[in-house]
Amino acid sequence: MELTGAQILMTILKEEGVDTIFGFPGGAVIDLYDELIRSDLRHILVRHEQGAVHAADGYARASGKVGVCLVTSGPGATNTVTGIATAYMDSIPLVIITGQVPTQLIGNDAFQEVDIVGITRPCTKHNYLVNHVEDLARILKEAFHIAHSGRPGPVLVDIPKNIGVAKTDYQPITEVKIKSYNPTYHPNTKQLKKALNLLKAAQRPLIFSGGGVILSKASDELADLAHRLKIPVTSSLMGLGAFPGSDPLWLGMLGMHGTYRANMAVSQCDLMVAVGVRFDDRVTGKTDCFASGAKIIHIDIDPTSIRKNIPVTVPVVGDCRSSLTELNRMIVEEGIQADETTRRGWLDQIVFWRDEHKLAYEQKETIKPQFVIEKLYELTRGQAIVTTEVGQNQMWAAQFYHFDRPQQFITSGGLGTMGFGLPAAIGAQVAFPEKMVVDIAGDGSIQMNIQEMATAVQYNLPVKVVILNNRCLGMVRQWQELFYDKRYAHTILEHAPDFVKLAEAFGARGLRASHPDEVEATLAEGLETKGPVIMEFIVASEECVYPMVPAGKAITDMLLV
Amino acid sequence: MNSNKHTLTMLVDNEPGVLSRVVGLFSGRGFNIDSLCVAETLDPKVSRVTIVTQANKPLLEQIEKQLRKLINVVKLRDMSDDRAVRREMALICVHARPENRDEILRLVNLFRAKVIDVASNYYTIEASGDADKMTALIGLLKPMGIKKIARTGTVALYREPKRGI
Ligand SMILES: Cc1ncc(C[n+]2csc(CCOP(=O)(O)OP(=O)(O)O)c2C)c(N)n1
Ligand SMILES: [Mg+2]
Repeated sequence: MELTGAQILMTILKEEGVDTIFGFPGGAVIDLYDELIRSDLRHILVRHEQGAVHAADGYARASGKVGVCLVTSGPGATNTVTGIATAYMDSIPLVIITGQVPTQLIGNDAFQEVDIVGITRPCTKHNYLVNHVEDLARILKEAFHIAHSGRPGPVLVDIPKNIGVAKTDYQPITEVKIKSYNPTYHPNTKQLKKALNLLKAAQRPLIFSGGGVILSKASDELADLAHRLKIPVTSSLMGLGAFPGSDPLWLGMLGMHGTYRANMAVSQCDLMVAVGVRFDDRVTGKTDCFASGAKIIHIDIDPTSIRKNIPVTVPVVGDCRSSLTELNRMIVEEGIQADETTRRGWLDQIVFWRDEHKLAYEQKETIKPQFVIEKLYELTRGQAIVTTEVGQNQMWAAQFYHFDRPQQFITSGGLGTMGFGLPAAIGAQVAFPEKMVVDIAGDGSIQMNIQEMATAVQYNLPVKVVILNNRCLGMVRQWQELFYDKRYAHTILEHAPDFVKLAEAFGARGLRASHPDEVEATLAEGLETKGPVIMEFIVASEECVYPMVPAGKAITDMLLV
Repeated sequence: MNSNKHTLTMLVDNEPGVLSRVVGLFSGRGFNIDSLCVAETLDPKVSRVTIVTQANKPLLEQIEKQLRKLINVVKLRDMSDDRAVRREMALICVHARPENRDEILRLVNLFRAKVIDVASNYYTIEASGDADKMTALIGLLKPMGIKKIARTGTVALYREPKRGI
């Protein structure tokens, strides 16, 4: 069948099960858009290309599907870079289609030409420049395959303008084979046996789970392992929700702003089962002191994650879900059970740590940000999909909203991208129009992609933005307070827009609460409103996130409230 | 050979941008490159890249894993030990004063090198061998005055089995 490049693109998007794409048009993609409006694909027109990528990312994180965006060449392409790097750091499957100047102009500094393949090489899982229309179908198929298989990640496909209109014979590709790309899904049985032996011998085991558990949809298998062997569970920021926040074995997050009991448990465990994690420095603190008394089993699909930062006793390369399934099967087969009496001492110790230092704050005259999140948790019955911006708002969301299911908490972990939360919420809302989606935001971050309110209004996506307005770049201010003798270099936001009026100007609803006794009513009203809403909470500006492990210190060196 | 020096060779897709993926990985992750050689193989779709790098064991493991992760790297092998042969080549332009000419030619013979260009005051020598041999030859020629030098990186091949030898 003779098709144009643009038609091939639409055909393959359909084949790949894509129903929605996020994008922003321009000269280099005008032919692709011209074909797009003739297809039944849904297109969400964002207001900035960074918003398109974050929205596709939020869509992917909430649904587990590949997120797709379409942008033009030059500035359209460069505007995607932060979004791509965000997805890359958190291993989110995206396919980003960028327009490019016609092939014969490449290299000429043509109008709106930029070497986006060169620019994004270090922050994509892979990327392509399409030189011939005959290659387009294969490249697109490979792009989807690479994006969602193995350790997922963003893949960029740069399509020159003339490729969109060039014609070629199109033959559907049923199977994608890339000879140098074969991720290991099934773990090595010998390694699992070794892991099993360590599990048998452990007195004080601990599970440390991460984003990989969510990406591989392994939370049931994780819970199975934890419950069967009575192993307490902590997780990275990226792993929140994979293990229920309401489970008695749950310790809370670990690391720089982890709970006291989680960090103590890490330091005292004799076996750590690390699943789908990469031992980020925000998790480990000083690596020499991290789980230094423990043997470590590390399960991950990406061999480069293993032994990158932390020495590991038993590496298991494999998909988290297949590996845990297999491990659980072996545990059942061998009739291994947790010895109640020996385990009791360890679990009691953890209860002791829990009671020694709980996450705490004092609600006085001004609204405490933590209080807002606790109330939000109550009013949404813990069921909302929560996205965050970056900074204190993000950490408080992680600490005070207890996530019970995977894909419920959507945050930029690895890159820590301010401005992520609102477009990501839009993407999540597109994936789940009926669900409550809330962006927990800071007054600084929200201004980075506030233009996407227009997108939310245009498509009637009822996202709820909760701004914890502390009139500062709170997390940086916190560092300055604690480690820079309170020299607040450019972290106080002396001027802010009137967020209520701003919401209204976008055609959304705006609400504000300045006193603690208004918090609940404001939240209730905002959450009940049908369309998009900004709720602004004027919160205490000097509140800090605790516990805090100063960068580079052992994770037991916690500053506590 | 310095035990921290490693010769890695890989077969990669012979496509634009692939070398920059490999090199970008080294620079982006702070790995170092001592030398680099690239050329097409018998199969024009495949190139062989040889990189000499310095790394301790855990770092080497990380470098190898990262390289294997690149979609365009088809195969990777550590060629650092005796199971491989390694060679590099140098073109050395040395000052050939009348009183030094014999000594230069003697060294050229000894090192199984060749004089490939003779100018009024200079000889250009072509030499190949392993890294140690190159260093030794250059060291011996230096006192006579090396005007310029061009060295390749290392190339390497795995030895085939020697049954019955
Ligand atoms: C794009 C970007 N620029 C800068 C930073 C550095 N940064 C981290 S947290 C933070 C403060 C964010 O302020 P706000 O959104 O008000 O959140 P708060 O900490 O006050 O809750 C800054 C500037 C970042 N993470 N991302
Ligand atoms: Mg703030």
